[in-house]
Amino acid sequence: MNMNFLDFERPIAELEDKINELRSVGDDHNLDIAGEIERLQQQSQKLTNNIFANLTPWQVSQLSRHPNRPYTLDYLEQTFEDFDELHGDRHFADDAAIVGGTARLDGRPVMVIGQQKGRKVAEKVKRNFGMPRPEGYRKALRLMQMAERFRIPVITLIDTPGAYPGIDAEERGQSEAIAFNLLKMSSLKTPIISTVIGEGGSGGALAIGVGDQVNMLQYSTYSVISPEGCASILWKTAEKASEAAAAMGITAARLHELGLVDSVLTEPLGGAHRDPGLMAMTLKQQLLQNLDQLDSMSQSELLDRRYQRLMQYGVA
Amino acid sequence: MSWLDKLVPSLIRSDRQQPSSVPEGLWSKCPKCGSTLYKPELERNLEVCPKCDHHLRLSGRKRIISFLDPEQQTEIAAEVEPVDRLKFRDSKKYKDRLTQAQKHSSEKDALCVMRGTVESVPVVVAAFDFDFMAGSMGAVVGEKFVRAVNHCIENQLPLVCFATSGGARMQEALFSLMQMAKTSAAIERMHEAGLPYVSVLIDPCFGGVSASLAMLGDLNIAEPNALIGFAGPRVIEQTVREKLPEGFQRSEFLLEHGAVDQVVHRHYLRPTLARHLRKLMQLPMAV
Repeated sequence: MNMNFLDFERPIAELEDKINELRSVGDDHNLDIAGEIERLQQQSQKLTNNIFANLTPWQVSQLSRHPNRPYTLDYLEQTFEDFDELHGDRHFADDAAIVGGTARLDGRPVMVIGQQKGRKVAEKVKRNFGMPRPEGYRKALRLMQMAERFRIPVITLIDTPGAYPGIDAEERGQSEAIAFNLLKMSSLKTPIISTVIGEGGSGGALAIGVGDQVNMLQYSTYSVISPEGCASILWKTAEKASEAAAAMGITAARLHELGLVDSVLTEPLGGAHRDPGLMAMTLKQQLLQNLDQLDSMSQSELLDRRYQRLMQYGVA
Repeated sequence: MSWLDKLVPSLIRSDRQQPSSVPEGLWSKCPKCGSTLYKPELERNLEVCPKCDHHLRLSGRKRIISFLDPEQQTEIAAEVEPVDRLKFRDSKKYKDRLTQAQKHSSEKDALCVMRGTVESVPVVVAAFDFDFMAGSMGAVVGEKFVRAVNHCIENQLPLVCFATSGGARMQEALFSLMQMAKTSAAIERMHEAGLPYVSVLIDPCFGGVSASLAMLGDLNIAEPNALIGFAGPRVIEQTVREKLPEGFQRSEFLLEHGAVDQVVHRHYLRPTLARHLRKLMQLPMAV
């Protein structure tokens, strides 16, 4: 499997290459090299541990955008069962950058909504690189309001560079679509659990991210603007993205420390893409636990708590 | 002294007793038509160019003072002050940027809130200051907006907000993003209380402010020719690699596309908003 190693993973990649080479040699010759392979694997494990113990925010940002990282539809397959995708905003179009529909979590009906990126070029284009247009946000709201009517909890998975900055998106009211979701989600009469699984890009992320519980995967990011965008405005060059990433505190650990995120979900060693199955199970456990907690609240308790959580953001 | 001041010294002297105390730059230039404008006259004209009708920038406080009836204007939540929670530093410290903006504007942050009346209709008014760090929304703006809403709900008053902003304040990172959710949730409370919220969109209005409180008015009203949108025109141009259509993201474009209810000249905002509020608050017509 092509692991798509990132720059800072170069030493790990070299070791893995060596291991693969030895393996192919082992097939051809009658040499006992199993011991050597095992030794190198241990070394690789140790190296990965060391590198991942000291990631900079900018490196985490690269991991959050890793091309092999599990996307919303991967979790829909592995964390949930019985998914039925539902399409369209009933006004204009179906936006493939946001997927949503009914599913089951451990047997229980839920409404799942998330941004979706593509793997191959054609799919990336179809998914618009995970950048929703207004109709995507309006579809999301339609599904949330349906969930409210049938008392089904809403689970959102956030993974977007941001809302799409395009001419058509502006014409159809990108600002209004995002704003209206924020307003309606604040009072939706059913539990909402949001989890950032990759990139939490600004208003385009928040537009499906107002909830009773906000989780972040360990190597996901959540920020008001991309590190590159912030750097090009404040440092006048996108080259300073790593400084911007550090200054803004975009990582799960930092945001948890600041009280802006409720839980951080530990990722498999090397990131979610190294073991998507394990990541999917971790997410499932977390969501079940969250649902359990939110189930114990009455509707008015739930809504009061959600409102108070929003009101305390940033108050000294 | 500029060459103009030299050309018209008599005018200045006839206006003021002590020429030495005359503030520098009694003249300014309209950024649109280039006409030279006499500042006191421009101020009397609510910063609208008398030559080409271009709407120039107006500070939040001046905006409110000229919008409300002169009697009984009371400021709300004036005490809320910014905190540099992240010790943010780019080429400059956020703390220093704040101090500089505060000194320059004599305001603590980018939003000013007052209670008063407009053509005798009681109202709470919030207004952004674009000159304060591009009117960016951080925790103070969010908190003051919420307090304005709370004051409305406690006193059964409508809310008017004049929004002009570059968006969320990057130096407050995710705290600023959360203000979008916070202010939008507060507006939902206005809906539940059955109280009108009128958003007046001022040039320019973008990003996190546009994608939250500014677009959520029961009525969205824009000043003429204001640039309003989610993403800035440069970002869009770089993304789509196309030339933007004529008049893109201007008030009239938004009106045409159904995003705003009306485009109203600054000189008519007082009577227009008073008329709207009277109807929505079930008050009798003005006599």
